[in-house]
Amino acid sequence: MSLRIVVGVKRVIDYAVKIRVKPDKSGVVTDGVKHSMNPFDEIAVEQAIRMKEAKQAVEVIAVSCGPSQCQETLRTALAMGADRGVHVSVEGADYEKLQPLAVAKLLSNVAKKEKADLVILGKQAIDDDANQTGQMVAALLDWPQATYASKITPTADKLEVVREIDGGLETINVKVPAVVTADLRLNQPRYATLPNIMKAKKKPIDKLTPQDLGVDIAPRIEVVNVEEPAARKAGIKVETVDDLVAKLKAGGSI
Amino acid sequence: NSTLVLIEHDNAAVKAATLNTITAAKALGNPITALVVGSGCGSVVEAVKKIKDVSKVVVVDNEAHKGFLPETVAPAVVEAQAKGGYTHIAAPASAFGKNVVPRVAAKLDVAPISDIIAVKSADTFVRTIYAGNATTTVKSNDKVKIVSVRNTAFPAAPADGGNAAAEELAVSTSQAGAEFVKQELTKSERPDLATARVVVSGGRGLKSGDNFKLLYDLADKLKAAVGASRAAVDAGFVPNDLQIGQTGKIVAPELYIAVGISGAIQHLAGMKDSKTIVAINKDPEAPIFQVADVGLVADLFKAVPELTSKV
Repeated sequence: MSLRIVVGVKRVIDYAVKIRVKPDKSGVVTDGVKHSMNPFDEIAVEQAIRMKEAKQAVEVIAVSCGPSQCQETLRTALAMGADRGVHVSVEGADYEKLQPLAVAKLLSNVAKKEKADLVILGKQAIDDDANQTGQMVAALLDWPQATYASKITPTADKLEVVREIDGGLETINVKVPAVVTADLRLNQPRYATLPNIMKAKKKPIDKLTPQDLGVDIAPRIEVVNVEEPAARKAGIKVETVDDLVAKLKAGGSI
Repeated sequence: NSTLVLIEHDNAAVKAATLNTITAAKALGNPITALVVGSGCGSVVEAVKKIKDVSKVVVVDNEAHKGFLPETVAPAVVEAQAKGGYTHIAAPASAFGKNVVPRVAAKLDVAPISDIIAVKSADTFVRTIYAGNATTTVKSNDKVKIVSVRNTAFPAAPADGGNAAAEELAVSTSQAGAEFVKQELTKSERPDLATARVVVSGGRGLKSGDNFKLLYDLADKLKAAVGASRAAVDAGFVPNDLQIGQTGKIVAPELYIAVGISGAIQHLAGMKDSKTIVAINKDPEAPIFQVADVGLVADLFKAVPELTSKV
């Protein structure tokens, strides 16, 4: 197999940051907050690079949609081993209202433009938790989809994919071209080494706009508000297992 | 106005989460049509006809739907939508629903809304973001509203009391480019994690996979399901399908017993809606105690066997 792989990478608030809701309830505080590549997208990048190292792929193209800071996220993908980057520039209010359907349209048009055989994305982003983009890219391209992948084995013109489903695992075959979304156990992403970070600075990043790709990114969903979830109050501490059993019996839990 | 609910099933029985989706659909205030897509799914159709509040059942029964692949199920939903002109489409936010719903939505050029936890009105829904660390209310401006429903956020609709008529829908199926090979479900005598009344869950504090036996012994006494934190999964103690949290399963049982779990944000997102939370941890500062109704600061290797012997 000599696949041309497009990998989507999203810039999100770092998973270790405790998020804060803005006082006006319009969203969460992003200014001055550490951002990183979406962890599931790191797994997607790692998968693409491993396929290139195994000579199953010829080129790995990382794509990110958003403001200029997305170029940092692309540099991370390039330092991990992607060959080049595509930055779809979406700034300001357009970026704040950028939604998965619009991103799926952008990514599917990039995949067409790059004559990709395989699109690999993270199964979901850890900010909006939507878990939609990969499925929608597959629908827009009319390609088969292998979501929540935990193992990928290429064979002739197909990929055998083991998927994480409720209560166990499922195996499917998809013909390429196809879309795959990465789950937690697909692989352990590598850290970029310093020499590779230096090399990545010289790798090319193309800049495109939604207009270049012929995509209307107008939002379909209006965010009415964003709120803190109802806090759960800490209860009581007990000293012994007997006290615990008594509490549970008194509360009717057992 | 009318709502189409995609039924999740295994050709033999309706999956429990579907009944919670029916409740969410009822909150939209429209008559409900249930869509059963499967292969040899006659017994499922009979069961769906009896679900209270289902007014009509549309059936697509075809060999092509073996394995419930989204490449064939999504076109069936799109076809049903074209025939019925529904204003809303809803499905459970399970691995099946999450796989199919966005594919349907993109085909209809609609932005889907994932994993809703409340219905505010026919076009406005509540969902969580940032692993449950914030909730957001969103309004859909699309002509068709397409949602997936978090089953733990809605009670189950009664499985009987209805008497709906069923009709067949013919859908042409083309070569989909995907092929179902096999499914390996984890075999268990215990209740399913997503629907269990009691869940006993272990974290890195268990120290090894073998030590999870302590939890299985307790779970057997309580007729409970066993879960785990992501830390325990990442450490290789147990398989990923036991994982409770942002990147695993969301559960909301009557009783949740967290053993040797520190209470990372990502874990709390998966269990904080449980009715009663019990935490057993030797570290009195563990964040899990901030959400626990009853906390026991103790060595789990002593406390859990004692608890098992006393319940």
